[in-house]
Amino acid sequence: MTTMTEATGAMTLALHVNGRAVEVEVSPWKRLLDVLREDLRLTGTKEGCGEGECGACTVMIDGEAVNSCLVAAAQAVGHEVLTIEGLAATGGGGGAGGGEGGGQGALHAVQAALVKFGGTQCGICTPGIAMCAARVIEREPDASRARLRELMAGNICRCTGYQLIVDAVAEVAAQRRQGSGS
Amino acid sequence: MNRETNEAAAAVPPVGTSVPRVDGEAKVRGGALYVDDLPAPGALHGATVRSQVPHGVLRAIRRDPAFDWTDVVVATAADIPGKNTIYLIEEDQPALVPVGGRIRHVDEPVALVAAPTRRRAQEAAAHIILEVDELPAIHTIDDALRAEVVLHGADNVFKRFHIRKGGDVEAALAAADLIVEGTYWTGAQEQMYIEPQGMIARFDDDGSCHIVGSLQCPYYVHKAMKPLFGLADHQVVIAQSVTGGGFGGKEEYPSMIAAHAALLARVAGRPVKLVYDRDEDIGATTKRHPARVRHRMGLRRDGTIAAIDVDVVFDGGAYLTLSPVVLSRGVLHAAGPYRCETVRVVGRAVATNTPPHGAFRGFGAPQTTFAYERQIEKAARLLGLDPFEMRRRNMLRSGDATATSQVLTYSVGSDEVLESVAAASGEVGPRASGGGAAPPVRRGRGLAFYFHGAGFTGSGEQRLAGRATVALLPGGRFEVRSSSTDIGQGALTIFSQIAATALGVDIARVAIAEQSTGKVPDSGPTVASRTCMVVGGVVDRASTALRRRIEEWAAAHGLAGAPIAEAAEAMAAATAAAGVGGEEVAETAQYVPPPGIQWDDDTYTGSAYPVYGWACCLVDVAVDLDTYEVTVERCVHAVDVGRAIHPILVKGQIEGGTLQALGWALWESVVYQRGRVVNRRMTDCIVPTFADAPEMETILVEKPYPFGPHGAKGVGEIPMDGPAAAVANAIEDALGVPFDSLPVLPETIERALAGSAPTPARARSGR
Amino acid sequence: MTAYHRPSTLVDALRLRQAHPDHIVLAGGTDLLVSANRRPEPPGIIDVFGLVPLVTIVADRDGSVMIGAATTYAAILASDLVRRELPGLAAAAREVGALQIQARGTLGGNIATSSPVGDTLPVLLALDAVVEVASAARGDRAISYDQFITGYRTTALAPDELIVRVRFPPRPPDARHYWRKMGTRRAQSISKVMVAACAQVDGGVVRHVRLGLGAVADRPVRARAAEAAILGAAPGPAAAMAARAALAGEIRPIDDVRSTAAYRLAAAQNAVARFVESLAEPAPVPTS
Repeated sequence: MTTMTEATGAMTLALHVNGRAVEVEVSPWKRLLDVLREDLRLTGTKEGCGEGECGACTVMIDGEAVNSCLVAAAQAVGHEVLTIEGLAATGGGGGAGGGEGGGQGALHAVQAALVKFGGTQCGICTPGIAMCAARVIEREPDASRARLRELMAGNICRCTGYQLIVDAVAEVAAQRRQGSGS
Repeated sequence: MNRETNEAAAAVPPVGTSVPRVDGEAKVRGGALYVDDLPAPGALHGATVRSQVPHGVLRAIRRDPAFDWTDVVVATAADIPGKNTIYLIEEDQPALVPVGGRIRHVDEPVALVAAPTRRRAQEAAAHIILEVDELPAIHTIDDALRAEVVLHGADNVFKRFHIRKGGDVEAALAAADLIVEGTYWTGAQEQMYIEPQGMIARFDDDGSCHIVGSLQCPYYVHKAMKPLFGLADHQVVIAQSVTGGGFGGKEEYPSMIAAHAALLARVAGRPVKLVYDRDEDIGATTKRHPARVRHRMGLRRDGTIAAIDVDVVFDGGAYLTLSPVVLSRGVLHAAGPYRCETVRVVGRAVATNTPPHGAFRGFGAPQTTFAYERQIEKAARLLGLDPFEMRRRNMLRSGDATATSQVLTYSVGSDEVLESVAAASGEVGPRASGGGAAPPVRRGRGLAFYFHGAGFTGSGEQRLAGRATVALLPGGRFEVRSSSTDIGQGALTIFSQIAATALGVDIARVAIAEQSTGKVPDSGPTVASRTCMVVGGVVDRASTALRRRIEEWAAAHGLAGAPIAEAAEAMAAATAAAGVGGEEVAETAQYVPPPGIQWDDDTYTGSAYPVYGWACCLVDVAVDLDTYEVTVERCVHAVDVGRAIHPILVKGQIEGGTLQALGWALWESVVYQRGRVVNRRMTDCIVPTFADAPEMETILVEKPYPFGPHGAKGVGEIPMDGPAAAVANAIEDALGVPFDSLPVLPETIERALAGSAPTPARARSGR
Repeated sequence: MTAYHRPSTLVDALRLRQAHPDHIVLAGGTDLLVSANRRPEPPGIIDVFGLVPLVTIVADRDGSVMIGAATTYAAILASDLVRRELPGLAAAAREVGALQIQARGTLGGNIATSSPVGDTLPVLLALDAVVEVASAARGDRAISYDQFITGYRTTALAPDELIVRVRFPPRPPDARHYWRKMGTRRAQSISKVMVAACAQVDGGVVRHVRLGLGAVADRPVRARAAEAAILGAAPGPAAAMAARAALAGEIRPIDDVRSTAAYRLAAAQNAVARFVESLAEPAPVPTS
């Protein structure tokens, strides 16, 4: 439900983020990325370029990986938004979590794998990478390494050279294929 | 005793194992706080007003009267209380160009604004008008050397170096059986850390200045802020926020941003957050130095090198900044890892009206490495020698002397890296395939063999005198204090491993203190492949000293032979019980140079670096003759790292650096028009994606360095130095045409195959 | 102060468009929202992302394939119908940006933005696509895509019209399809040259051919001279040479920050020639 508030130029937007209903008062044009980071203080989603090139701002809307810098906040009304803070404890299985900073709950399998395989270095691309990887292995668990690279090419990493990230995601995909959750 | 025994049993010495990185969980959860994530209550947002012309005299700074300035703060050079300079090596670069002063490059900072929102700050910045009398500008190395426009000194040369070994190099070349010569051009390269630069600054009521931000070297920023604001050491506190990549790009430029944020905070009387948008970051900040390297190599018929003569010119941009040091490393690597009795290397860093170039992984060595590995490949081709054999006949080995007459003694893994790549190499794919319905493809293989001096040059490490402290905390926990920053390479993790191993405790007992100048000593900057080898070594010694002290205390208090964790807990408890007056139990160690380092700064002879890393890279490429695109089908990289403290972290460093080098070779360039970066969005200033990167095969070679912690030596930069030459060598192998400039774009290949190639290297008999 | 409307029917959308010609029609936002935080706020948004009548992919009775304007590249890639009947469009959709862009970017958006480097646009030319638009005032009309482009980033769309769907007329079952994009890198890349082609060979000669080129002009173009050189010829090296020569005469690509005129011409010629050569061989077995 959306309501216009004429005087301030802001609207009351009813969003659903990480399984919870929240309301924000913002311009409908405000980028979802900025609403997450500023109005909801969910700073795990990052801005690297502002033009949909780097993927650091990747979130899921209705389960699809999208660049939140290219979504107007009002467009998210009536849809499920999942950010990195909500990825843990979405039932992706596979990793103990201490709940240190960011989201709470047991790590999603891709999060655990990124740590285990050295797929995170400076970490700025990591939330976007994790969100994309979570979507990719669910969508195509039998993707080859080459196919994984194609599917994740919307996330730029400058630190790793990608090799260890592919190792991590391929491992989780292999676990998915074998039907084990952890 | 069960808990302690269990801990002792469980404490596998972490050095050498790939423990989970200590900051990994926060990063995958999205909980790591980068500068733009930090709450800054009451802060204004800053924006920078920059010159749009490359060279001129600033006549006036005016505000558009039609704009509403009520909630906007403006700062100019006139507001700087101290010296208007960003201190680095010299004091030639201002924080802001003053009215009446000279603008020397496009995007040079002239004024600053702060406003309640980022959008408002950017709007305000767009309404500041600069009046500039333009002057003729120079943009290329050739322009700089011609010196029709003089920007610096009498001849535009910021710095010169001269390396000489043996006799007259012209005579030695004339006497050679074969001469290979070429001119090699490499362009600027953008570091493209995924986190743009930014700072948050505030002044407290007591006049102290507190800055936190994305940076590599808190003490560099500390040193730069003092003269700007007339502050003493204890009045400036610089802290690093979690930093999303640096690669050298956050070695020096953060001082500029910190100066701007702090100046705005001082004028506004409120904290200021100043974070760059991507296009501003690409446009205004430092890049790899563009270079022209003329390389002549005289060879004997048996394939050995008789003489090397190199002329190196680096484009430093508008100000000196770090160019002398980049040039130094470039010339010290220019003769390559090969035996040669007669060497001359001349280097110059020149001034142009370009945003100043600066540190980027490799720091001058990639440019000269590209030249010498193209040269050696051409030589091998002319002599009919296999590329591996060419290196075998010429490589430096233990006991050989470098171009600066340094006799290599320790940790020389030259043979090992070459032979491990040779063993892994196998066959190239089909040389020619496709045609008909499928695009025709040509395949080729290229090799590069190279070295990289670890740590600061010559007596640099001694002058830095890097220190680290390890302290005993309540509960028998430990804290490592050093200014070395984690910028992704895993410094926090390897220091934890080194300290835990030296202390003999579980790694979970070791914490790393925040990298704030208020909390940690100056360990030297996080650059030059020195963090593990040099600072890790200091951490090791401080930890060892602390362990000895705890053991001595334990022995004196009836706990002789107790597990160290138990002794530590007891000592911590006793210290706490002693009350407030008691001194903290901590040990500080300072860098001690290894024996035998003799270096002469005037003649540039002696031990340029305490030790070298060694590497060999093999690249197989496929060139599509319809699109001229190059695919890297295989990349094998062997690196001698001395000892891998954390194998996965080391592998990550090698692979990340390798891809940056492949990017420099094939995809990356910074395009300037009249001194302005025109490809300043990520769409146009591209770096490789998952789909561009090859599957990489990494071979870790360990030739322990006795003066590095557990045998480790520097690894951060070496993977950047060689792969670009391997790619160019592979493309030449595939197409039979030489490529002596980077990047080798499809456009370049198209022209070369159409017959418009630049003059290939000449080979002629010397007699 | 930005107004926001999310119509749930096409009629509502058209009424809003008529009432607010200054409102942005927003679907996937992959072009319109670039750097949105630094651009002036628009007076209003008409959000058609996911508008049901605009996201269908169906086959018409005559064999035409109809794709709704707000169909995302992801939906195009997931469609068996598109894969079978419009392989060039599927190939183009696969090379747009990357996963995240494909999840939001739409065919209608690509057409409305009308960039000279729009990835699907040369395919629309090669397949004789027809753009179907509508307005509240005048109802429906159909324009061949060829005529829909009127200049640099300009189309024949009136300020009160919306793009509703694209119709792809049926091709003969043995039609051959070709798509090649030369970008700056393997993904997330702006095109330097694009060639989309469709042809039919019968009795050893080319009976039908369309060549759509992108990134070689200020708009996507049909290479009519090259088509004429191929039509009626036997596929093979001679026809390929003739097509090369004709192409050189009719396109004038430019140097810009991304590439050079020489490269664009050479790569376009190579792609067209390759297509012509491929017609001499039997059609490849379709792979998934």
